[in-house]
Amino acid sequence: MSKPYYIFSSGRLSRKENTIYVEVEDNIKKSIPIEDVESLHIFGEVDLNTKFLNFLSQQNIPIHFYNYYGFYSGSFMPREKNISGNLTVKQVEFYIDQIKRQYIAISFIEGAIFHMQRNLREYEGTEKFVEVLKTELSNAYNTKSIPELMGCEGRARDAYYQAFNVILKNNFSFVKREKRPPTNPINALISFGNSIIYSIVLTQIYLTQLNPTISYLHEPGEKRYSLSLDIAEIFKPLIVDPVIFKLVNNNMLNEDDFEEDLNFCYLTENGRKKFIKEIDQKLNTTIKHRKLKRNVSYKQLIRLECYKLIKHFLSDEVYVPFKAWW
Amino acid sequence: MEKDDAFDKLRITGLKVNYLHVCKRKLWFFDRGIGMENTSDKVLLGALLQDYSYPKEKKRDVLIDDLIQIDLLDADTVREIKYSDKLKEADRAQILYYLYYLKKNGVHKIGVINYPKMKKREEIILTEELEKEVENDLIKIKEVLNLDRPPKAEKKPYCSKCAYYELCWS
Repeated sequence: MSKPYYIFSSGRLSRKENTIYVEVEDNIKKSIPIEDVESLHIFGEVDLNTKFLNFLSQQNIPIHFYNYYGFYSGSFMPREKNISGNLTVKQVEFYIDQIKRQYIAISFIEGAIFHMQRNLREYEGTEKFVEVLKTELSNAYNTKSIPELMGCEGRARDAYYQAFNVILKNNFSFVKREKRPPTNPINALISFGNSIIYSIVLTQIYLTQLNPTISYLHEPGEKRYSLSLDIAEIFKPLIVDPVIFKLVNNNMLNEDDFEEDLNFCYLTENGRKKFIKEIDQKLNTTIKHRKLKRNVSYKQLIRLECYKLIKHFLSDEVYVPFKAWW
Repeated sequence: MEKDDAFDKLRITGLKVNYLHVCKRKLWFFDRGIGMENTSDKVLLGALLQDYSYPKEKKRDVLIDDLIQIDLLDADTVREIKYSDKLKEADRAQILYYLYYLKKNGVHKIGVINYPKMKKREEIILTEELEKEVENDLIKIKEVLNLDRPPKAEKKPYCSKCAYYELCWS
């Protein structure tokens, strides 16, 4: 079972036969057998050469890079081997047809809001926010255009984030969602979590024949692989947010884990490590899948979501977004 | 005549004949470029078995007309290596198709399916009656591939071991 590797140290990445070597300062070498690697996530400053990239490409392993502040900056994706021209044509067809596009976009919001509600229900004093989510979800079903839908999504998300102030203890308050740059610890956590989930989803999409640039809720060409943003909507509240609640409410993070100034706030390396450790644990948590009748991890659920989209595009089975049932 | 025409145009691989007998839905997906084989451990095991069995044989993985890939080829036989005989009928149909294809090109051979793990082999001879079966298969494949959407998923005893299981049942 291969897994994502997160590299924080600075140094050199190289290939020696079928093994990846991470060489950090002081000549400490760590080896990672290639079979064990699903994707690489680079947070430190590393050197690598084309021989290394060719090796990753041959092994079909994507490598994702994050900048100094922990924001996603880009990926080296292996040459696409999993191509289905037939499916791509269908994907485009579902984008061009406004009604078909709207159905898929609403489905992503449906999944997202479902999981937001599910999170809030665990905490007392969030009832009024749950009400807003309910209202916006029923509004969303009646929308006819993407901007209208985005309006519902925006209002739902505002209410959801306001509820964070009720949920989060230990003097972590939230006030307002700010992205560029994040201005307080909670914004920093959300931004970092979103960066991670984005590349996790992208890695999963790459294992299927879906074209990651054709999206429905987000506009294609929003300078990213926007299908990854679409699918991440469903999984952010399922995977990232509970991790934030856990880290904050159990006192697992402290002031030292953030680098703060007047108008910005970022997670330090140590803070990121704590965050990723929890996210990774979450991704590997398994549940018994009702239809498959086998155990699947949260990470696999993302892949299954891709499969469901494929079936939708090929007119096999109508897409219904994933909703955690447990 | 019509059949010959179909035969020329279809350009069907042996795997497709095999899939017709295993699962029509899988055949449809595979044809549309939705392959699940590259993430399946079972498929990897099969490929490894093929590579490491019968190391003395020289003619391996022979590709004919950029279409038909034969595991092992010698003067008299066409051989196919399979992991287990659980889907015997499909294996048989696949090798019959190879024999049929070769015969169309004026080459007459005997088919053999090797099950090295089970220390078993099966010999297959193309008869006129069996030729009809192959032709029927080709027509059926064409029918499946012409469908606008994949055939509905049907639960079969071997579904859970298939590389397409999570696609079909998620």
